[in-house]
Amino acid sequence: MHALFVPLWLTLKVALFATLIAAAIGIALGWWLARRPFPGRSVVDSLLMLPMVLPPTVIGYYLIVLIGRNGILGQYLDRWFGINLIFTWQGAVIAASVVSLPLVYKGARAAFEEVDGRFANAARTLGAGELEVFLRVSLPLAIRGIAAGVMLAFARAMGEFGATLMIAGNLPGKTQTLSIAVYEAVQAGNDRQALWLTLVISLVCIGVLVASGRLLQARH
Amino acid sequence: MTIFPRLRSAALVATLLLGSAACSAQELIVSAAASLTNAFQAAGKAFEQARPGAKVAFNFAASGPLLAQIQQGAPVDVFASADQETMNRAASANLIAPATRVDFAANTLVLIVPAASTQAPKQLGDLTNPSFQRISTGTPATVPVGRYTMEAIDKAGLTAPLQSRWIYGESVRQVLNYVARGEVDAGFVYRTDALIEPEKTRIVLTIPTITSVTYPIAQIASSKNAALAGEFIAFVRSAPGQEILQRYGFSKP
Repeated sequence: MHALFVPLWLTLKVALFATLIAAAIGIALGWWLARRPFPGRSVVDSLLMLPMVLPPTVIGYYLIVLIGRNGILGQYLDRWFGINLIFTWQGAVIAASVVSLPLVYKGARAAFEEVDGRFANAARTLGAGELEVFLRVSLPLAIRGIAAGVMLAFARAMGEFGATLMIAGNLPGKTQTLSIAVYEAVQAGNDRQALWLTLVISLVCIGVLVASGRLLQARH
Repeated sequence: MTIFPRLRSAALVATLLLGSAACSAQELIVSAAASLTNAFQAAGKAFEQARPGAKVAFNFAASGPLLAQIQQGAPVDVFASADQETMNRAASANLIAPATRVDFAANTLVLIVPAASTQAPKQLGDLTNPSFQRISTGTPATVPVGRYTMEAIDKAGLTAPLQSRWIYGESVRQVLNYVARGEVDAGFVYRTDALIEPEKTRIVLTIPTITSVTYPIAQIASSKNAALAGEFIAFVRSAPGQEILQRYGFSKP
């Protein structure tokens, strides 16, 4: 049981924090890119979607180069703040937020684009500032689409494997999430444990997908 | 309609090509311990030259995962592990042809640090120093270097003080990579691995192991290329084969 719950708890923790980060950044960017065209918008859009198509190993390698102990940012994090992200669950959070960001962003942008611009304009004519328009008009009208994207991002963060393994390693109890525990159990020929872990992660993911499907359906 | 016959002849040619390739070239699949990567790649080339028509495909990983793959029915012909224990497990599961099993190389466990590191531990006990926050070795359950390490650590009475500092790698080569990149403060690898990254890592200690680091090789029982598998094993043990292994730092078993 212990072998099941420790990775499950860690997975939920990592996925939760990663989803929060991805949601904050993804919703803001989705709103910004949905507002009006600007030069280079499609380039920004492509960059944000990149984690969805790049191999996880490539993302892992980018992150190592960036936040590794001798990395571009990592060396300063280490020198100035004594922060080391490699081999920590916080490192796993960063890897998971990068891969799940496109799902929030895409969902949020589509949802904002579907909102009729006249509502926002009406609010503006009534004297609302941009922040108020966003918080009280655009966001509530787009919330279902955003929520569905966030749910998908959570499921994706839960299943993250490749970049996480490269960044956070495979440390039982510290960074060994469910997907990595499955990998290790199979590598060790421990099929029974692999089966249990697989069942757990499948059930949780089905739950998340059903919930996000309901959110999207209720909209129409 | 005129396209059809052409398509058919193209298909025929393709079938012939694929079929003849499958029939004539004898391909041997060798699953070998990660530490053998460079030495076996060189040995494989030499073997292909010495025996025209033979092709060797290598599958390198830690010995544990290789065994799990063979157990799950991977079409492997030859298995070379970095310890006796993994091969014993293969033998007790009747996966290898017992008569073909033989030791062909030996290695040494060493402690390495990043080349830029100023630390120079004089004995294993020095690893308890707070400056060694992260120490890497292979996952003991599946990676032989991890088992050799834990034996030595256990014997030195350091199991408890070092418990929270381990960073486990998927194979000895990942441990080497962690040290070379400076992500860990020290790591346990084989001497032959350290020799591959002489610019980025430095050997600081040679660790006497309780179980000697010897490499057994054997033909897989279900191999359809038993004869060629036997030839490859014989080549690895022959004078030219041993010369290649020694060039990469391995010693005789």
